[in-house]
Parts: sequence; structure tokens; C-alpha cells
Amino acid sequence: MPEQLLPTPSHTVGPFYGYALPFPEGGQVAPKGHPDQITLHGHVLDGEGDPIPDALLEFWQAAPDGSLKGAPGSMRRDPVTGGYLGRNGTDFTGFGRVATDADGHYALHTLPPGNAGPPYISVCVFARGLLHHLYTRAYLADGPQGADPLLDSLPPERRATLVAQPGERRTYRFDIRLQGEGETVFLEFQ
Amino acid sequence: MTLTQSDIDTEVNDLQNAYDKAVAGGAPVQHHPPRDYAPYRSSVLRHPKQPLVAVNGGDPETVELSGPVFGPTDITEIDNDLTVQHQGEPLGERITVSGRLLDRDGRPVRGQLIELWQANASGRYAHLRDQHPAPLDPNFTGVGRTLTDDQGRYFFRTIKPGAYPWRNHTNAWRPAHIHFSLFGSAFTQRLVTQMYFPNDPLFPYDPILRSVTDESARGRLVAQYNHDLSQPEFSLGYEWDIVLDGPSATWIEEGR
Repeated sequence: MPEQLLPTPSHTVGPFYGYALPFPEGGQVAPKGHPDQITLHGHVLDGEGDPIPDALLEFWQAAPDGSLKGAPGSMRRDPVTGGYLGRNGTDFTGFGRVATDADGHYALHTLPPGNAGPPYISVCVFARGLLHHLYTRAYLADGPQGADPLLDSLPPERRATLVAQPGERRTYRFDIRLQGEGETVFLEFQ
Repeated sequence: MTLTQSDIDTEVNDLQNAYDKAVAGGAPVQHHPPRDYAPYRSSVLRHPKQPLVAVNGGDPETVELSGPVFGPTDITEIDNDLTVQHQGEPLGERITVSGRLLDRDGRPVRGQLIELWQANASGRYAHLRDQHPAPLDPNFTGVGRTLTDDQGRYFFRTIKPGAYPWRNHTNAWRPAHIHFSLFGSAFTQRLVTQMYFPNDPLFPYDPILRSVTDESARGRLVAQYNHDLSQPEFSLGYEWDIVLDGPSATWIEEGR
């Protein structure tokens, strides 16, 4: 086995990423008007239960057909003005990026993930005060069920933090608690 | 009660000594900062107290072993030159920053998106919430993007950012730095970090840099000045290679 390079350390995203990383319609992963669109939404909360207004969430998921190839064009640009064109309406990029609003709320409009096993959307959390990002997963409570090594390994109360509950108009509620009571299960990949 | 630099120094040094002692006693080296690092006060309520749950990357159907892709439609041709994005030239010391984006096996990460953002030469961000009384520069936004080439190389032209104050404690100053956002071939390799400039006298005082308690790891956040990359009568050259952590599905593809 060849010697491995040592990794570059993580650092916090800080408070001022807002004019650099978010892009228009970063949360509109589903083609606009698509009849199968679902909305994953919720609040990001700190250890005192207060909303975090400067968190940045990224989402990655399988396409409805199960493909994990993704596609370019999430932040498609206009070469004339330098502005943003939005996604092209045909390719499913599988990637979304949403900053929380002043209430610590986010919303992702996407299509149901078609990964093997119970469907989930992978979530990566960045925030001022968070020195190293955190991963979690939002499993759709009413999706196809079955064995899942992660869910099956957790006691019921912790497992519940990974399950997005269906609401009206194809919405799913998924709150992210960084600390304290009901703390979300966060993941490390080995 | 006012929190002084000396108070923060004491906390930072206690954590540094505890880490050094642990490693000398055989504990593993920590390449990343702990999420629970009290000298950086904003971390106190924003880190989980439960241990992370391990997901075994041996299952190729794990969604996070793949990741987002980007292409030429996601950038414009001048995105990597922060000095030409306005009508006039920004004030400050013109620099270039370049290097390679690699995985831990040393393989280049090709065609992938790198984003950066930074303060201007006087240490102010083009962000409404930054009210540091230093001048904004109408000719500098401080945002750049590029795609890595076939060798994993990237290149930016910009100006050297200034140091700036923040309110972690009294007289807190951040060393000059550029924020970087990086994608690998897998979502597990995602990285957001900051690049520093060599020999900055503010290094010992900054609880964010010092949160990386391993001295060698801290050194990997500091770019090198490379005279060969400087351009005569135009710009100074800095070199910074970035190595992404985390498993990916690439080995599965290459093992076919």
C-alpha cells in the first residue's frame, strides 16, 4: 500500500460565505413544475434550541432512477452577463445548496431519491462556529422500506432524528439539531 | 466580564499541551480541528455531544461515495481572476494562488469545482454584516471559481487580503486568509477550509487556526511563497496543494 498523503485540515465556513457560496435557485433541484416534486424543509437549531441563521446546507442524492452520476449545471452561468441561468430543466444534477434564512429555516425542492434501500437525501451542514462540517441523512418516512445498515443500527429515539416526516403538499419536515435534546445523528464515513 | 487575548491564550495553550501530551503517549494524530473547541466561542453551542455514527464505506451503493459534478457551464472565463471583475483594478498587492487538488492516494481530482472568497486588501468583506470600519473597494468583490485541469491544477489571480478584527474576544484579529470550498469525487471528500500566508505574526493569537491542534496539520494550511510563480513587475506567486480526506468509490472503478 503506497504511503498516503496527509489531508488538508477543515476550517469553519465563517460568517461571510453568503456572497460567495449560495447561488440563485440552489434549492430548486427538481425541474420547475415537475409533478413529482417534493420539498424537504425544516430548521437548523443550536444547543439551546435557537435557530441558526447562518448555516449552509448542501444536499446530494440519487436521481429518481437510482443514478448516482449527477450532472453539471447546478449553478449554470450566463457567459454574457456573468449572472445565473438556473438549471437547464432537463438534467437532474442531484446537488442542492441552501443557506438558512433569518429564522434558521431551509427548503429544498427536489425529486424523490431512487437509491437502493430506503430512500434518503444526504445532507452536509456548514456554519459559523462549526469547525468541521457535519453529515447526516434525511430518510423519507413514507418511501419504500427495507433493511438499512445505518437505521437498523440505531435505537428508536436516535433513529427518529434521521426520518423526514411527510406533511401537506408533498412536503417533508426535517429539523437538524446540532446539540442537546433530540440531537441529530451525524455520520462519519470510513 | 471582558474576555482578553490573555484569557484565550491560556485556554488555547492548555488544549495545545493536552493534545501534545496525548500524542506523545500514543494517541492518534488529529488532522482536523475538534468541533468542540471552546476558545472559538461560536463553537460552544454548535457541535454535537453524541459521538458520530460510523458508516462503512465498503458498500458501493452508499450514496455519499459519489458526489456532485460540475462543468464549464457552471463557471465563466473570468471567474478565476478576481482583479478583472469590475471596471477598474482593485487596490492591494496583486498575487496568484495555484496548486493541485489531490486525494489521499495522491491522485489528481480532475475537472472539479473550487470556490474561494476573501476580504479585500483593507480587511473587509463585501458582506452587509461586515461592519469593520475599513473601506470597501468598488473594484473588488472577492469571489472566485474555477475547475481543476487534468492534473488537478487550479489557478487564481487576486489581491492579498488584509487581516481583520472580530469579536471572539477583545482585540481579536484574524490572520490574512482566503476561504476555499472544494469537492472531490465523493461527497465524503467535501472540504471547506482557509489558506493562510507564510510567517503571519497573528498565527499564535488566532483560536480558529489554533483549533487545528496538530502543528504539522496547521502547517498544511499555510501557502508557500514561490518566486518562480511570481510574474515580473506584476504579481507575487503563492503555491498551495490541497489534499482531500475521506473514502471514495474511485477504487471500485479502477479495480474493474
